[in-house]
Amino acid sequence: MNTIEITINNKKISVPEGITILEAAKSAGLEIPTLCYHIDQSVKANCRVCIVEVEGMKTLPSSCSTAVRPGMVIHTNSAKVLEARRVIIEMILANHDADCLKCHRNLSCELQKIANQAGVRTNRFENVLEIKEIDNSTPSIVRNPNKCIKCGRCVEMCRDVQGINIIEKIGRSSEIEIIPAYGRYLSDVACVSCGQCSTVCPVAAIYEKEDIDMVWDAINDPGKHVIVQTAPAVRVSIGEEFGMEPGSIVTGKLVAALRRLGFDRVFDTNFTADLTIIEEGNELLHRLETGGVLPMLTSCSPGWINFIEQYYPELLPHVSTCKSPQQMFGALAKSYYSEKTGIPVRNIFVVSIMPCTAKKYEAKRPEMRTDGIHPDVDAVLTTRELGRMLKQAGIDFNILEEEQYDDPFGITTGAAVIFGASGGVMEAALRTVYEVVTGKTLDKLDFHDVRGMEGIKEAEVDLAGTKVKVAVAHSLSNARKIMELIKSGKCEYTFIEVMCCPGGCIGGGGQPYHTTNELRRKRIEAIYEADRDIPIRKSHENPAVKALYDEYLEKPIGEKSHHLLHTYYISRKKRACS
Amino acid sequence: MKKYSLDLITGNCGKIDPYSIDSYIETGGYDTVRNIFAQDCENIINEIKKSDLRGRGGAGFPTGTKIEFVYKSDITPKFLVCNADEGEPGNFKDRFLLENDPHQLIEGMIIASYAAGISKGFIYIRGEYNKAIGILEKAIEQARQKGFLGKNICGSGFDFDIEIYSGAGAYVCGEEFALIESIEGKAGRPRNKPPYPVSAGIFNKPTLINNVETLSTIPFIIREGAEKYTSVGTPTSKGTRLVSLSGNVNRRGVFEVPFGISIREIIFNLGKGIPHGRRIKMVQLGGASGPCIPPEMIDLRLDYKEFENNGLSMGAGAVIVIDDRHDILDILRNIMVFFRHESCGKCTPCREGNRHILNILDRFIAKTATEKDLSTLESILNVMTDTSFCGLGQAAPTAILTALKYFRYEFLLGIYKEYEIKNAV
Repeated sequence: MNTIEITINNKKISVPEGITILEAAKSAGLEIPTLCYHIDQSVKANCRVCIVEVEGMKTLPSSCSTAVRPGMVIHTNSAKVLEARRVIIEMILANHDADCLKCHRNLSCELQKIANQAGVRTNRFENVLEIKEIDNSTPSIVRNPNKCIKCGRCVEMCRDVQGINIIEKIGRSSEIEIIPAYGRYLSDVACVSCGQCSTVCPVAAIYEKEDIDMVWDAINDPGKHVIVQTAPAVRVSIGEEFGMEPGSIVTGKLVAALRRLGFDRVFDTNFTADLTIIEEGNELLHRLETGGVLPMLTSCSPGWINFIEQYYPELLPHVSTCKSPQQMFGALAKSYYSEKTGIPVRNIFVVSIMPCTAKKYEAKRPEMRTDGIHPDVDAVLTTRELGRMLKQAGIDFNILEEEQYDDPFGITTGAAVIFGASGGVMEAALRTVYEVVTGKTLDKLDFHDVRGMEGIKEAEVDLAGTKVKVAVAHSLSNARKIMELIKSGKCEYTFIEVMCCPGGCIGGGGQPYHTTNELRRKRIEAIYEADRDIPIRKSHENPAVKALYDEYLEKPIGEKSHHLLHTYYISRKKRACS
Repeated sequence: MKKYSLDLITGNCGKIDPYSIDSYIETGGYDTVRNIFAQDCENIINEIKKSDLRGRGGAGFPTGTKIEFVYKSDITPKFLVCNADEGEPGNFKDRFLLENDPHQLIEGMIIASYAAGISKGFIYIRGEYNKAIGILEKAIEQARQKGFLGKNICGSGFDFDIEIYSGAGAYVCGEEFALIESIEGKAGRPRNKPPYPVSAGIFNKPTLINNVETLSTIPFIIREGAEKYTSVGTPTSKGTRLVSLSGNVNRRGVFEVPFGISIREIIFNLGKGIPHGRRIKMVQLGGASGPCIPPEMIDLRLDYKEFENNGLSMGAGAVIVIDDRHDILDILRNIMVFFRHESCGKCTPCREGNRHILNILDRFIAKTATEKDLSTLESILNVMTDTSFCGLGQAAPTAILTALKYFRYEFLLGIYKEYEIKNAV
C-alpha cells in the first residue's frame, strides 16, 4: 500500500493512500466527533458534525467522506471548525426533544456525548421542535420521532441488512421524517420487531419497550415466585454494559447479579436449548423417515418467525414446530416446575433476559399460554434493560463473585451455549443427530463450516451413508435468498438454520449499544470458548434433560412434548396498501 | 455602434418554427452532425476546449475538459444528461432555448455524445415546462425520422438516442447528483462527491451532465470554429451568454450578450431602464441563490474573473432588478421561504438552518430583532455556506450574506430606532 504525507493539527504524518481524513486523524490519536457515521454502514455525511478545515479548500469538508490527498494540511480544531461544529450541534438540539435526564439513552446517547464534547452549554437557536405522537404500537420497539436526528442509520439497517425496508426518509426540508410507509404505526406495517434499527440509532428515536418496572413490581410482590432465565448470548455481552472488554464471559457474575436483584430462582435458557435440540433433531429425523416437508427450517429466532409469517407464509410448513427455547422454558415453568414445586401457576412469574426485542412480541403471542390463561413468559428484558436494572439496583457487576445456576434448569451443555452465535443451532443439532442416527460417537465436535460471519454458510454431513446438506443464514436479507431458493425448487438442503440478526443472537436487537461487526466477532469467539469450557458438549448427554423425559415428558415428539414444546404458525401477511 | 446583444446561439429563435425540423434544417441545421463523423473525437474535444466554453448552469466548469473526462473513461455504457431543470427563480433562458430552438440542443447533444462515446442521452426537464416538453417530444421524434437520432446516425455507425425525463418539481434536482438519483427512480437527494458524475453518475456509469445553454452552444463552436466564438467576449471570458432580465425594468426578457457587458448596460440599454423613472434599490445576480448588489456596483462587467475578484458568482445568468419601492428584507424573506421549502432535508445545516434564518428574518421585519439575532444570523449563514452537503445549502445564504454586507443599515433598522443607529455603529 502506498503511503502519503499529510499534516494534521501541525503534525506531519504518513498515512495509507485512499483513507478518509477521519481515519487518518484517528491514526494520529485525534477522535473527530461524528454522529451519522457508523463503521459498518455506508458513508452518509449528512450530519456535518465531523467537518474539518483543509487549507486551500473553500468549504469545510466532512472528514468521514473526504479522502486524504498528498500534502493536505488539515485542522480539526480551528476556530472556524469549532464554531461550525457547535452551530450544527445546537441546530440539531433545537429540533430534538432533549429531556436527557428522563431519556432511555441518557449516558449512552451519541448526541449527548458530542454535545458535551463540543462544549455546548447554551443554545443560541430557538426550539423549533414540533411534538409528534410516539409510536407505542408494538410490544417490542418504540419509535419516538421527537428524538430523531434524521441520520438514516436505521433506514440502512432495515433496508440493506434486514432487507425489510419498512422505514424510510419521507418528505423534505425541515419536514423530513423517518417513518413507516404512509406514516403508519409499526404494528400496521410488516415490521418483524428485530430491533436492529435500535442498535444503530445514535439517540433514543427508536428503542426497546422498557419492561423493567414490571419486573421490579413482580420481584417486590411477596405473593409472586419470580424465576428468571438467561439466553446464551447474554453471558458474553452483558459485561460490556459495565465497561468490560467485548467478548468477556461473565456467566457466574450474571447469575450472582440476578440473585442480588431478588429473583427467587436463576435458571438457564440453555437447558431448553438442549431440549430444543432433542425435539428438533427428532422432528428432522421424523420428517426424513416419513417423507415430511423438507428442507426443515429452525424456529428459535422470533424475528425470523415474524419474517416468514409476514413475507413467506406459503413456506410455513417448512418451519420446525418446536417452540423457541425461551417459550419451551416458559411452558415447562408453568407446568412441570409448578407441579414439582407445588407453586400455583398464577403465582409463578417468569422473566427472560434476552439479547432480543422480538422475544417481547413472542412472549405476548396468544398461543404461548400453556394453561390458556397465563402467559408462559411474563416479562422479557433485553441485555440493555438488564444493564440498566442492575445499575438502578446499584450492583457493581465487576466485583461480584461467580455463582451457579439453580436446579433443575441449570445444568447445560456446550451445544446449548453456541445457540447464541449464527450456526450454533445447526452445529448443536448435528452433534446430536449424527450420534442418534449412526449410533457412533462423534470424534470431532467442531463444525467450522457453519461458524463465522459469512452471510450464508453450508456444510455436508454423512449420516450413516446418507449425505445430508445443511445451510445456515443470518440477517433477513440472507434469509430471503434462502426462501427464494426454496421457492424456486432448486434447494438441495435438508436442514437450514436461520437467525434474524447479523451474527445470530450475539448481534441481537437487544444487545448493548455500539455493536459493530468487530464486536460481533469477539462475542462469537467468546461463545465458542464457553462451549469448549463445558464438560458436556452434546445436548442428548445433558443428564437433566434425560431426567426430564424420564420423569415427565416421556419421549421426544411425544404427546406431552407436543402439547408443551411445539407450536403452530399462521400467515400474517400484511397488505401493501390499505 | 456598440452591440449589446448578439445572436450566436439565439439566431433562430423566433425566426424558425420550433415544431418543424425542416424549418431548422433550412437554416443549415444538422449540417454539423452530418460532417462530424469524419472527425476524430479528440479534434472535437480540442475545438470545444479552445472555445473556452464553461458550464452555463452556474458552476462554470470548462466544458471541453468535462467531455474529455468522459471520453477517457473505459467504463461503458456512458450517459449524457442535459440539465433542463431550470428551477432557479429569475432564470428562464433555458426555457427560451427549448421552446424556440429545440433542434440546436439536440444537435449539441449528438455532437457531445459522439465526442465522448455516449449512446444514451436524457433531457431532465423541469416538470412545469409543459410547452417545452411538448416541443422536445416532437423534435426528438422528427430527428429520429430524419435519422439524426437512433441507430447508425447518418450512416456513420454511431448510435445515439434521447429520452425525456421530468422530475416532480423539486428545485434540488437541478443539483447534478440529486438529478441522477431522480433519474434512477429515487428521491432527489445529493450524493457524496467524489466520485463525480464523469466517473460514476447514472447507475455509477460515467455521465456527462451539461446545461441546456452549454449544449446549445456546441453546434456553433463546431460549425463556425472556436476562433470565431472566442473573438467575442473578454480575455478571461469568451463568447456570449444568455441573461434572464427580470424585475423592475421596462423591457424584461432573455438576451444573448457578449461577455464584458456591464450590468448597467444590461439594465439600461437592453432593459430600457427602470419604469417611472424610479431608482434601483438592489440587483440580484444569478437567481435566488445569487448575490444582492447595490446600485453603486452595477458597472460590474459580466466576466468570470471580474466576478471572482468581487467575491461573486455569476450563477445561471439572471439579473433581477429591484426598485426603491421595495423593502430589502421583504425580498430576502421571499427568497428564504423558497429555500426553506426546497431544501431536501438531507444535511443538518440546510435542513435546520433555513428555517432559523427565516424565523430570525421575521423578527427583523417586525423590528423586534436583537443584537444576538444579528450574530446568530451571521453564524448560521456562514456555517451553512461552509458546511452544507451540496450547492443548494451552500448557496442559499448568499443573498442574505451579501445583503448584510451592502445593505446592513436595513438590518440595523430591525434592531434599533433610526436615531440610535449612529450611536450603535
